Amino acid sequence: MDRRDFLKMTGAGLGGLAIPAFYGRAIAAEELLGTIDVATKKMLADAALNAAKAGGATYCDVRIGRYLRQFVVTREDKVQNVVNTESTGAGIRVIAKGAWGFAATNDLSREGVVKATAEAVAIAKANSRLRSEPVQLAPVKGVGEVAWRTPIVKNAMAVPIKDKVDLLLGVNAEAMKAGANFVNSTLFVVNEQKYFASTDGSYIDQDVHRIWAPMSVTVIDKATGKFRSRAGLSSPRGMGFEYLDAKPADHVELPCGAVVYRDSYDMKADAIAAAKQAKEKLAAPTVKPGKYDLVLDPSHTWLTIHESVGHPLELDRVLGYEANFAGTSFATIDKLKEHFQYGSDKVTIVADKTQPGSLGAVGYDDEGVKTQKWDLIKDGKLVNYQVIRDQAHILGLKASQGCCYADSWSSVQFQRMANVSLQPGRDKLAPAEMVKNVENGIYIVGEGSFSIDQQRYNAQFGGQMFYEIKNGKVTHPIEDVAYQIRTPEFWNSCVAVCDADDYRLGGSFFDGKGQPSQSSAVSHGSSTARFNGVNVINTARSLG
Amino acid sequence: MTIFSEEQAKAILDKALKASTADECTASLTGGNEGNVRYALNNVSTSGYVSDANLGVHVAFGKRTGTATTNSFDDKSIAAVVRRAEELARLAPENPEFMPAIDKQDYKPSRTYNEKTAGITPDYRAQVAADCIESCRKDKLVAAGFFTDSDEFSALANSKGNFGYQKSSDMNFTCTVRTGDGKGSGWVGRNLADVTKFDAKSDIQTAIRKARESVDAKALEPGKYTVVMEPAATAGLISFMMFGFDARSADEGRSFLSKKGGGNKLGEKMFDERVTIHADPWDEQAAVLPWDQEGLAREKTPIITKGKVDYLHYSRYWAAKQGKKAVGRPGNIIMLGGDKSTMDLVKSTKKGILVTRTWYIRMVDPQTVLLTGLTRDGTFYIENGEIKYPIKNFRFNESPAIMLNNIEEIGKPVRVQGDESPLTMMIPPMKIRDFTFSSLSDAV
Repeated sequence: MDRRDFLKMTGAGLGGLAIPAFYGRAIAAEELLGTIDVATKKMLADAALNAAKAGGATYCDVRIGRYLRQFVVTREDKVQNVVNTESTGAGIRVIAKGAWGFAATNDLSREGVVKATAEAVAIAKANSRLRSEPVQLAPVKGVGEVAWRTPIVKNAMAVPIKDKVDLLLGVNAEAMKAGANFVNSTLFVVNEQKYFASTDGSYIDQDVHRIWAPMSVTVIDKATGKFRSRAGLSSPRGMGFEYLDAKPADHVELPCGAVVYRDSYDMKADAIAAAKQAKEKLAAPTVKPGKYDLVLDPSHTWLTIHESVGHPLELDRVLGYEANFAGTSFATIDKLKEHFQYGSDKVTIVADKTQPGSLGAVGYDDEGVKTQKWDLIKDGKLVNYQVIRDQAHILGLKASQGCCYADSWSSVQFQRMANVSLQPGRDKLAPAEMVKNVENGIYIVGEGSFSIDQQRYNAQFGGQMFYEIKNGKVTHPIEDVAYQIRTPEFWNSCVAVCDADDYRLGGSFFDGKGQPSQSSAVSHGSSTARFNGVNVINTARSLG
Repeated sequence: MTIFSEEQAKAILDKALKASTADECTASLTGGNEGNVRYALNNVSTSGYVSDANLGVHVAFGKRTGTATTNSFDDKSIAAVVRRAEELARLAPENPEFMPAIDKQDYKPSRTYNEKTAGITPDYRAQVAADCIESCRKDKLVAAGFFTDSDEFSALANSKGNFGYQKSSDMNFTCTVRTGDGKGSGWVGRNLADVTKFDAKSDIQTAIRKARESVDAKALEPGKYTVVMEPAATAGLISFMMFGFDARSADEGRSFLSKKGGGNKLGEKMFDERVTIHADPWDEQAAVLPWDQEGLAREKTPIITKGKVDYLHYSRYWAAKQGKKAVGRPGNIIMLGGDKSTMDLVKSTKKGILVTRTWYIRMVDPQTVLLTGLTRDGTFYIENGEIKYPIKNFRFNESPAIMLNNIEEIGKPVRVQGDESPLTMMIPPMKIRDFTFSSLSDAV
């Protein structure tokens, strides 16, 4: 996650004007339901495509975007901020003289779009002098006029602000009643209305929806000066407001007693549990450092997958395009060629831009490629990366895998992570069974602190709740746990993955990458998984 | 070019204030031009230029508030943005912590604007990239870097007669140089107010030298080491710690500056007495706007004085509740030091580790501000005052509150920009004992 953007939005002490600039202009709630007429978008797109060709471009794509966002930020019995923003404009990308050029405008008149197109062509021509070889674009067949929409049941933008405020303040009240000293809860709703057109003959209209309802519950022991927080166990999802409908069938009680959620979220029940578990954390014994067998719940594992598999298998990182900031990757192309043993034979990890309910699901990516699902790691062996059109030839691929994304009409699209998920085990196995033969282990639920090096070898992860497992039984909560891994050793220590009945999605709403940084949203699924002999450290310190 | 003069800005803000029917109205107008060039694999990958301005209008009816923004400044758009803010305010619930608009402030101008920096051209940016790329190509090294600059203005006004206007400029350069075989990596960063003091050709040599000298790094056992930290290596830790200097969190008992039994640690000695950090919007080398995000005037503020906590940030609400004075949130931190360079600190080190920069810093435990992260792009073993050989990178688990108690020596502060901090910082190189490295990383 891009911590700076998140802090900008939720940071304490923010004035009413503190809206992050990249979220565009703020608008009234009733404006959140409109869309731009498709015929208008096609007219503007054609104007740009024609202008690009006339200017000497060999390729052009146009993205006309309307990006709507709503945030409701609360603490205890107070609403701290309600913000609606809209950002509308067009981004035009061209290839001229073998080089990329890009320009964007918020002037959605025909003249405005044509002018930006001319700028993009001029930039491409200027850039061509600095390139050592021309851009090679993997072919895409035009799809004509098509549309795609996130399969939502209830458009969250249509739910009145009052209902959202009532929900969050109700959640906060439950947490306080259950013994919390403080609670922060937030609702983020995103709707990307994206129109894509290219000289390949595609006119793609997409309506993408996402939702996230994070919270944090804090308890304090004044006498000792100790405090502990427990974050909510919701997942950000590519869903509508139905995610907050709290269907009983989606409650999953784990062998450690914690309740986690499948495809809908009971925020109030989780707030009550969070207050109780935060109190347990205050009193829990501290972990003895050493090697443990870890049983990782999907609410935790998603972040480990994200950092140690998702990012290192982005081809732009592998090649060195992100070397100055996000870094490169240990999973170099020679390792792909030799089918490097990334994990044990229990580890099959797929990239999937089509998965229903996921953050990354779209019909077509931001360069008009139909989305798909493919293997990254098959039975433990590295078999593929994530690529976009101008990278496919480097791997000898004939087509892009559809991983291109821009976080705004005004940002240049580039390679971003697909949903990357650990596949469930083939044999029937439930978490309760998995725990039974763990002699000395730790059960970890929820994501916590995370940090990984610039080539994705050495990582450290915390969690929300930790439970000791002794001789096949979960005994009691423990605290101050973080585990450190070396990526290939960790995935090779995976000895079991539960079956598909246990499969759940987690994800990141704000994954940062690039310079200037862009934010994307991505899901990661898994079933509960066991990793043997992982190094656990104790994170307790004393300031004297 | 979206730079408004003071008169133009005032005219727009006045129109917004006049259009409002709310009890109170605050308007801010910010904008400017931001240019950048990005390169990797010894090729320019993208170059960008964004020119934009935004008018933000914040209104209050009683304790109900609403905010809206626009980037159109004709009369109709200004009236519309005020109307949208008012509509949102009517829909919003009352905020029990509502604070009225700030009173008229006295802003003393600071030198945030440098004409030369504001005038950086696309050609200049391209030349920065070319200087780095050509030096690397010649030496069979691979450059990846980013150069960004801005020419901006900021203006604000409210219905109580407050008004401020100031221009600012900035430049930031980072470049990572890797050896062709990927076995060595070096980095250089430069954040300056005055671009005429920037020399890409000279700076790139630092990254080139570190890339070459870091090839074939040896593995040392993790543990506690004496470290010489370059300014960029501690900037991320210190700026992270600054999030904890919030009075409300401390008073609420959820900060490392909370006191057992209640209250906060304001006035307590928590760090080595050589640690003195203050904020000063008028600092010659690290000037920032004389107001914060809310428009509250900034002051020269001692934060840590001779190891004693001298400052906690009181929001206006919390200040009113606690009977304190609210001042603008600092936009910079200036840590005092001596005259020695990083290499001077190396010379006085018997055994130790030189750290160029740290990376991916995250909070592990807010109770003790325990942070984790990694060294990167130039980590070396020091023996008898000399750099002996490159070593593999380490993961650290360390609290800046502990680190700033283990100081051996402090050098001369330089201006740095953290990867993830909005603060402008003056940070010295430091020699620190017992810095905790918890594991090895194979990453180059």
